[in-house]
Amino acid sequence: MTAAGAAMAVPKVAGAYGEFSGHPDAYGVLHDITLCIGCRLCEKACVEVNDDLPMPEKPFDDESVLEKRRRTDDKTYTVVNRYDVESHQNSPVFRKFQCNHCMEPACMSSCFVDAYSKTPEGAVVYDASVCVGCRYCIVACPFDVPTYEYNDPLEPKVMKCTLCHPRLLEGKLPGCVEACPQESLLFGRREDLIAVARERIRKHPDRYIDHIYGEHEMGGTNWLYISGAPFEELGFRTDLGTAPAPKLTSGALSAVPIIVGVWPALLGGIYVMTRTKEKTTTREKDSAVREAIETTQAAADEARKKAAEKGKADKEKAVELAVKKALEKTAKESAEEGS
Amino acid sequence: MSEPGTSVERPLLSPFNIIAGTIILVGLWLSYLRFTGGLGAVTNLDNNNAWGFWIGFDLLCGVALAAGGYTTAAAVEVFGMKKFHAALRPALLTGFLGYSMVVVALLYDVGRPWRLPYPFVLSPGPTSVLFEVGACVMLYLIVLFLEFSPMALEWLGERKLRRVLVRMTLLLTIFGITLSTLHQSSLGALFLIVPSKLHPLWYSSYLPVFFFVSSVAAGLSMVIFEGTLARRGFADKMDEEHKRTADAVVLGFGKAAAFVLAAYFAIKVFGVALDDNWRLLATNYGLWFLLEMLGFVLLPCFLFLVGVRDLNPTLIRWAAFLTVLGIVLNRLSICLIAFNWQLPQADRYFPHWMEIGISVFVVTVGVTAYRFIVTRMPVFYEHPDFSEGH
Amino acid sequence: MSEGFHSLQEFMSYTKGMLYLLSVGYLVAFVFFWRYLHDRENEDD
Repeated sequence: MTAAGAAMAVPKVAGAYGEFSGHPDAYGVLHDITLCIGCRLCEKACVEVNDDLPMPEKPFDDESVLEKRRRTDDKTYTVVNRYDVESHQNSPVFRKFQCNHCMEPACMSSCFVDAYSKTPEGAVVYDASVCVGCRYCIVACPFDVPTYEYNDPLEPKVMKCTLCHPRLLEGKLPGCVEACPQESLLFGRREDLIAVARERIRKHPDRYIDHIYGEHEMGGTNWLYISGAPFEELGFRTDLGTAPAPKLTSGALSAVPIIVGVWPALLGGIYVMTRTKEKTTTREKDSAVREAIETTQAAADEARKKAAEKGKADKEKAVELAVKKALEKTAKESAEEGS
Repeated sequence: MSEPGTSVERPLLSPFNIIAGTIILVGLWLSYLRFTGGLGAVTNLDNNNAWGFWIGFDLLCGVALAAGGYTTAAAVEVFGMKKFHAALRPALLTGFLGYSMVVVALLYDVGRPWRLPYPFVLSPGPTSVLFEVGACVMLYLIVLFLEFSPMALEWLGERKLRRVLVRMTLLLTIFGITLSTLHQSSLGALFLIVPSKLHPLWYSSYLPVFFFVSSVAAGLSMVIFEGTLARRGFADKMDEEHKRTADAVVLGFGKAAAFVLAAYFAIKVFGVALDDNWRLLATNYGLWFLLEMLGFVLLPCFLFLVGVRDLNPTLIRWAAFLTVLGIVLNRLSICLIAFNWQLPQADRYFPHWMEIGISVFVVTVGVTAYRFIVTRMPVFYEHPDFSEGH
Repeated sequence: MSEGFHSLQEFMSYTKGMLYLLSVGYLVAFVFFWRYLHDRENEDD
């Protein structure tokens, strides 16, 4: 294991303050698909090790089960599927599917009640004691792993592989790893497993596709796969990219406090501006009205004054005229009396 | 002339009451099935499709269509457009009842509804967009309740408490707009975490912006749409100011909606360009996308424009109805059609009739509450004891 | 440089949690800010 190999083995997730590389001693499992024979003893061990998983209807050695492509469900933490890949060898390819125990789990990122936890041992574990049952984790998981107990009305739980975390704490191997007769499942520190995988690929380039699935996908997973057949033929999503789930929502979440900070000030400011404009408009309107009233009033006073003066002048003239007439009349009358 | 505020003869066995009553009875039976048999007893939800009709319709559409509350409050209280004042109380009432019904629907959808307070009182998951949605919806529901309560307090004759609440109006409005911006956009942000499951024509880093902008159009259109329905059913409750300004509201909101839909159409086009998804428009999903964009965004935008310019309230009302349909189409497309688009047909989801039944039940409860409130409380008229100069 | 955080998830859980508390505090403070500003104006009216 070269130094360069070790450095490349650890995926780096860029954050604002640097890079994150997971717990240094986290464990993982390497699934060498070329070694899997589809015996399903791993499935059997899983059911035996986990109390809350019932025995399935059809026994594990019933080969008809492998005819249909299965996924995990609320009674099954792991499934082995059979793939007939024409481009590849004449015999079918078998592959075990279960939770990949991501380095940056989408289920954990999406859980609004903190029901998931990435343990130092590398296992992603679920805490049913706080789960509300929103099922966002099931929506979010890019590998379609978690399942839900839809038929339980009172205590429905999310169900998924636990990497046998309680057993890990006791120093035991996960049930499936221990049961595999072909050593297709290898348990160890993630860094070491990547080195082993690289070495196998290097030593047998004709046997393996040159890719360790889970090394970088979605930021890296603790369950790793190497295969002889192309991964997309074995039910793997190869278009997931390397961006970890938390990074996908980080931008939108970062906008929240900015809106909280800016919106009240912005809206308060708009309110003050429109109210001031309203007040100014009202004031201007009021003064315009007042002015108009005053002008009209002044004009009316002026007109009244003029009318009064004119009336006075007219009156004087009328009196003058009447006096003149009376005088003329008197003069005429005295002239008539005199002759 | 009948005085608004007095109940017109509304018989107990009216057609509405019979239909609503039947729906409610069926709904109660479905509720019994749901809570005794679990989600599997009444839904087609499965491990591939964990979110279905209740999330797509009741949550996503419900929240978008209740956006009239914050948009009207913004126009009237913050931007000071007093001519729309008559539309404010009905919009706030719809908002309050709408969000209440969203919460009711969530009680059906989540596996352990009694634990809904857990994230906020016991075990927060702050990295989750859903945490933000929940926190903002919860706070906003409180804001809406406080904005609605003066109507109830006037009905009850409670002067002092009402005065306290009315004085908080502007602050409540500002918080309401802030909280609405946050949760409307966050409902879109919920889907940011699944680029591998959402069809590229609908997936975008701008999903939050798309959801927020379209929620404004939804709110404006719902106010117009509900005003139209209310005139038919509750004209006897409307006072002079309400009837007089109704057309002004339609014209004003129609104009605003034209702007918003134009902007929304533009940024959706930019979104396609940003990710270079033009070729996808030629696929079946592309056709569906084009139907949504051209028929239910661009077309109503154009109808709003013509309606406003020609002073044609009827045309505007039709545009509003189209917009509302478009919002529903968009939310359902994202949640149910574009989501899991790569799954084989056999694994795709279609709602169980009981899911739709419960959704109809929840909406009916909301409508019934609306009827009860507007026929008794001063929503469409001003209470004579509390008329304030506006 | 990662300050004891082993994953982006851990980092975000810490920072976002902090930001929510700060946001709520800000909104509460804004109420007092607003009331202080407008109590004076109410006197003028």
